[in-house]
Amino acid sequence: MNKTINQKAWFFVIPVFVLVAFNAIIPLMTVVNYAFQETFGNNVFMWEGTRWFKQIMLSERFHASLGRQFLFTFIILFIQIPLGIAIALTMPKEGIGVPICLVLMSMPLLIPWNVVGAMWNIFALPDIGFLGHSLNALGFDYNFTQQIGDAWFTTILMDVWHWTSLVVLLSYAGLQSIQPAYYQAAEIDGASRWAVFTKIELPKMKKVLTIAILLRFMDSFMIYTEPFVLTGGGPGNATAFLSIDLVKMALGQFDLGPAAAMSLIYFFIVLLVCWVFYTLMMRNEGNQ
Amino acid sequence: MAKITLKDLSHSYLKTQSSDADWAVRDVNIDWEDGGAYALLGPSGCGKTTLLNIISGLINPTKGDILFNDKMVSNLNPVERNIAQIFQFPVIYDTMTVYDNLAFPLKNRKIEEDKIKAKVHEIAEMLELSSTLSNRASGLTADGKQKISLGRGLVRSDVNAIMFDEPLTVIDPHLKWILRSKLKELHQKINRTMIYVTHDQTEALTFADQVVVMHEGQIVQTGTPVDLFEKPKHTFVGYFIGSPGMNLLPCEFKGGDVILNGKKIETHTKVKSNNFSKTEIGVRPEFINFSSDGIPVKVLSVSNTGRHKIVDTQSQSGKIKMIAKASEDIPSGSAFLSFKKEYTYAYGDDWIIE
Repeated sequence: MNKTINQKAWFFVIPVFVLVAFNAIIPLMTVVNYAFQETFGNNVFMWEGTRWFKQIMLSERFHASLGRQFLFTFIILFIQIPLGIAIALTMPKEGIGVPICLVLMSMPLLIPWNVVGAMWNIFALPDIGFLGHSLNALGFDYNFTQQIGDAWFTTILMDVWHWTSLVVLLSYAGLQSIQPAYYQAAEIDGASRWAVFTKIELPKMKKVLTIAILLRFMDSFMIYTEPFVLTGGGPGNATAFLSIDLVKMALGQFDLGPAAAMSLIYFFIVLLVCWVFYTLMMRNEGNQ
Repeated sequence: MAKITLKDLSHSYLKTQSSDADWAVRDVNIDWEDGGAYALLGPSGCGKTTLLNIISGLINPTKGDILFNDKMVSNLNPVERNIAQIFQFPVIYDTMTVYDNLAFPLKNRKIEEDKIKAKVHEIAEMLELSSTLSNRASGLTADGKQKISLGRGLVRSDVNAIMFDEPLTVIDPHLKWILRSKLKELHQKINRTMIYVTHDQTEALTFADQVVVMHEGQIVQTGTPVDLFEKPKHTFVGYFIGSPGMNLLPCEFKGGDVILNGKKIETHTKVKSNNFSKTEIGVRPEFINFSSDGIPVKVLSVSNTGRHKIVDTQSQSGKIKMIAKASEDIPSGSAFLSFKKEYTYAYGDDWIIE
């Protein structure tokens, strides 16, 4: 095919370019700008080179929040992915149950994040919250505002409640797309229920699960609003995940330089993990 | 290996049935003899697949019994019935190798490893899959995948029957032909009951010794390809099989005779009853000749297929197609047709009168 050369076509790209520039490139460049300089306001900047990066990389505070972040993300992935698949497997495949289940499953996803945080805060309050009060009445010494374990437990429970549905819906879509002939063939081949799951359902769900894991990784790794409203990062710094710590540094202490450097490192970690994960999944795909 | 008997079998996907149309399969009575090669032929939606799934046990029929060697199996599951079934779309286990795919039905039945190995290699050899045994199954082409599905049906040497549900739908035309002859060859080699579902009459007539024709959930005729051609028991068989199909003309039954436009037509058998809402006369284009006297028609068009000529004519009761020899001269304008008596049948309410 002969392509027509017409440079005027670039004009059509301008709107997108402007949009991306304003919502991504320019803000990002501002952050890059801050990351290499020191400022005391009044638009006075001093060049600092890589000082903030070194400082962040060596800072124990950063290591601690990064560690908490990874721990949190791994725990919720470890719970949400299997739980989501399990729920999807038990959902009805046809009939009136399908829309009912789908609506029930979508509900947590439709609630704004700060509302989720507020809801769980009240729900879990040890003296008046239904969850907190019930746990204490049952003899558990539960107080998420004071005890680190309880704070983690509540945060994880909240995230599982809020986001497992996403995994469920994606897995359900994956399951629904499997042709009935696969199940019939398995039945005739004498496959056990476990074999049907591992040899048919799981491989067929691979693509949607890849997406589910990626989405849940990114979202949970960047989580801010819900734990901020629920625990505010406390008690102490026990649930101060990366975003919460970052905001504390940038807006609480007004350390713009180190905060900018931290954002960039944060950004690259997310990018790197997603890239590695995606490449691994797709390389497997290529082998088939 | 077994003789399969279906007794008074009916199935509906609806909870309540008010008319015949609510039944996917109705009043089926048939014996599939052990070792036979059967084709189940019919248009899409006539109940072929339902019938197949009932035999294999994937569907429980609403009414009726299934017997293997005169033993009731209606309540047994597919594994207990020991049936192999190959589906329209190739079903393979993506993550397994070709070898593991073929070995899967045997492994599930806890057969010893070296027996599995021998059997898989034997089947792979037969299907020309030996060179790909260690490859991942998902990388194969559509026909390769369908061969695996086929192979999984064949590895079990003790199956009661092998059933094919339009297995060549997704296969390229030139490979279709090869796979079809392969199936025929397999049947001769392993001598197992095979039931082959298709809506393609060529496929059915080349594969099977016995063709079972289904129409609107009913079996309308079972017979050899020659039977179906020479003596269709139902008007549907008449026009579904053959190219062009049987001519069916509305007629009257009067005192045992068949009257077409006031003219008595000689048919294979005399008509005894007169109690039909629809009466027709049927004759295949192959059994019609031009003659000096007979049914007056106007010749409309002639198409030459090389081997013979297909002539379209118009009679007072409707269009009549006939097949003439390629060398034969076709009269233009008005002509007379005569039907061969022994291949001309009367049909009352679509069923043959004999």
